Amino acid sequence: MTFLGMPAFAPRGVGHLRGDEPFPAAARTALGNSQMRRNLRHATTTIRGKSGRVIAELPDWQDLRSAGSAIKADVMSRLPELLEELETRVTTAGGTVHWAADANEANEIVTRLVRETGSDRVIKVKSMATQEIALNEALEAAGITPVETDLAELIVQLGEDKPSHILVPAIHRNRSEIREIFLRAMPGVDPSLTDDPPVLAAAARRYLRETFLSTRVAVSGANFAIAETGTLAVVESEGNGRMCLTLPDTLITVMGIEKILPTWRDLEVFLQLLPRASTGERMNPYTTMWTGVTPGDGPQNFHLVLLDNGRSAVLADEVGRQALHCIRCSACLNVCPVYERTGGHAYGSVYPGPIGAILSPQLTGIEDNASLPYASTLCGACFDACPVKIDIPSILVHLRNQAPHPRAERAVMATASRVMQNPRLYARAQRAAKLARIVGRRGRGLPPPFSGWTAGRDLPEFPDQTFRDWWAAR
Amino acid sequence: MRIALFATCLADTLYPQAVKATVLLLERLGHEVVFPFEQTCCGQMHINTGYQKDALPLVRQYVSTFDPYDVIVAPSGSCVGSIRHQHEMVARSHGEAGLASRAADVGARTYELSELLIDVLKVEDVGAYYPHRVTYHPTCHSLRVARVGDKPLRLLRQVRGIDLVELPGAEQCCGFGGTFSLKNAATSTAMLADKMSNVVSTGADVCTAGDASCLMHIGGGLSRLRTGVRTVHLAEILASTEIS
Repeated sequence: MTFLGMPAFAPRGVGHLRGDEPFPAAARTALGNSQMRRNLRHATTTIRGKSGRVIAELPDWQDLRSAGSAIKADVMSRLPELLEELETRVTTAGGTVHWAADANEANEIVTRLVRETGSDRVIKVKSMATQEIALNEALEAAGITPVETDLAELIVQLGEDKPSHILVPAIHRNRSEIREIFLRAMPGVDPSLTDDPPVLAAAARRYLRETFLSTRVAVSGANFAIAETGTLAVVESEGNGRMCLTLPDTLITVMGIEKILPTWRDLEVFLQLLPRASTGERMNPYTTMWTGVTPGDGPQNFHLVLLDNGRSAVLADEVGRQALHCIRCSACLNVCPVYERTGGHAYGSVYPGPIGAILSPQLTGIEDNASLPYASTLCGACFDACPVKIDIPSILVHLRNQAPHPRAERAVMATASRVMQNPRLYARAQRAAKLARIVGRRGRGLPPPFSGWTAGRDLPEFPDQTFRDWWAAR
Repeated sequence: MRIALFATCLADTLYPQAVKATVLLLERLGHEVVFPFEQTCCGQMHINTGYQKDALPLVRQYVSTFDPYDVIVAPSGSCVGSIRHQHEMVARSHGEAGLASRAADVGARTYELSELLIDVLKVEDVGAYYPHRVTYHPTCHSLRVARVGDKPLRLLRQVRGIDLVELPGAEQCCGFGGTFSLKNAATSTAMLADKMSNVVSTGADVCTAGDASCLMHIGGGLSRLRTGVRTVHLAEILASTEIS
């Protein structure tokens, strides 16, 4: 047997998995955006309430979570054979399967497939995988115009912006900002457009309807792929995805290799978990499923691009691989107190929030996203909210243990450990700690990183006596 | 009952009143408290900052110190959470299977104060008297790691004279997160600001919790803004009587 080395991470220089600056700096900037903080507070509070209510209706929610978790663990334990089964089924049903080791390969495959159709425009179903690999940028570079058809993705695209939430990519925008974006960038928009939500939706609808009817190629992602049947599934709320998946001649689906489910029956679990955890709906309004090509009905050319882009590297980590169980519901974002305040852009990657903090560093290699595992207080709200029970706090702790550490911090931690191993040294250090307060002029003016504390908080008064001294004197 | 006390390094050093209150409360209820002097720190700061190798000796220190005792109590949901949910993992990931199984065993005998009172000692009314307006912040690790549920509130509801008021957004993190408060100071402060405004909105004089660390954070902010709201550990309220 030949050792082929460790699986590759997502390559640098392509895609949207790496930010321009570390999380603490990006977050500091974002915290000053009062409009965004208001929008996020309102949106996450609303979704949390709605989701909580529909989850409470199900007496077997915890069992469903366990089932979802178990199915995903099974998938990860035999991913290669399931992928080959899927390839066989899709091919038998008239589709073509392509394997993309990374973002560059996936972008090249999709660009070539679109070129072969002769079309210079594609309509797109909302998809995280294509955001991850920056497919739109690759298509544009090749002279092909991608049109996002999910309303929120369209807002992001027209605003030349970046998505800040997995499910609600324009969550940081409010309706008056959306009106401005439409007026500025939507072809053929009515100049008397108001910021009334139905009016905004109607404007998008008019623009998109024209595009649906005149474009022959669509690109989508996939929520699920069934290995035993070769069926792909996309769930959505607007019906724009359904248009893309049924009207064009050619459909190209880009799917992360972890999206696979073994059997048709497994869908039963996930179609209950996903809408309740994500949008707070009992059932998502549109569920589109297709198996290869059906003559005379729907796209007559179907291509499935299976994307690795670092996923095999995640799979190789037996603790971290749980991150691949994610079904992109965003429940962890909506309950995260850090995300609620910083928004998604601070995370630098298309995957923000708690799941992004464990997924992005594993896809890119920890060195390229070293600050993300620390972008959490480990409060645990994400773990409780996750519909497939991904233990995000434990994975954060696991990744922190692998992250590169600042030299000064390493020295402090090593010293603290040596002191704490020795009860006598420890008691002496306790008494010495009082000096910090004197040095810090009653709590202010301490050097970094402690200045981060004293900027907003007083230090506690040091007691005259530690507990152990009190006990000894008792 | 003979109960071994784990003071936690933070409360031992900075909040001895919370640990003394734990002792006085348990003794008042007729139990014997012992304080093994070999104890230091549970290692949670090292583990959660990414220094498991440096935490390993602290896990060993905790396990060897408390292995001889049947019942161990700490006035901290966070430290108890770390002991119960991380010690075994740290030992095992360093190939120390023997230590791991002892750590799991000692962890299962380590209780947060409200758990000890309600689950082990079977007492809800501890005979406390505390005539103040109080709001309770359920700390994240007590709630979602140690899983103490509403036990602290059940104990507080039995306190004579107390005016217990509900904290809006109670279950949201205060933003402490150990070294998070230093590494992500701006975000931490933003979370603290919201926690403080919720505390102040209750009109309480006292904000209580089962963790000295979160109280240090919330209290540090309340003090800086001169809100006049004090932070008091749950153990101190439960230890208060009409005579004290």
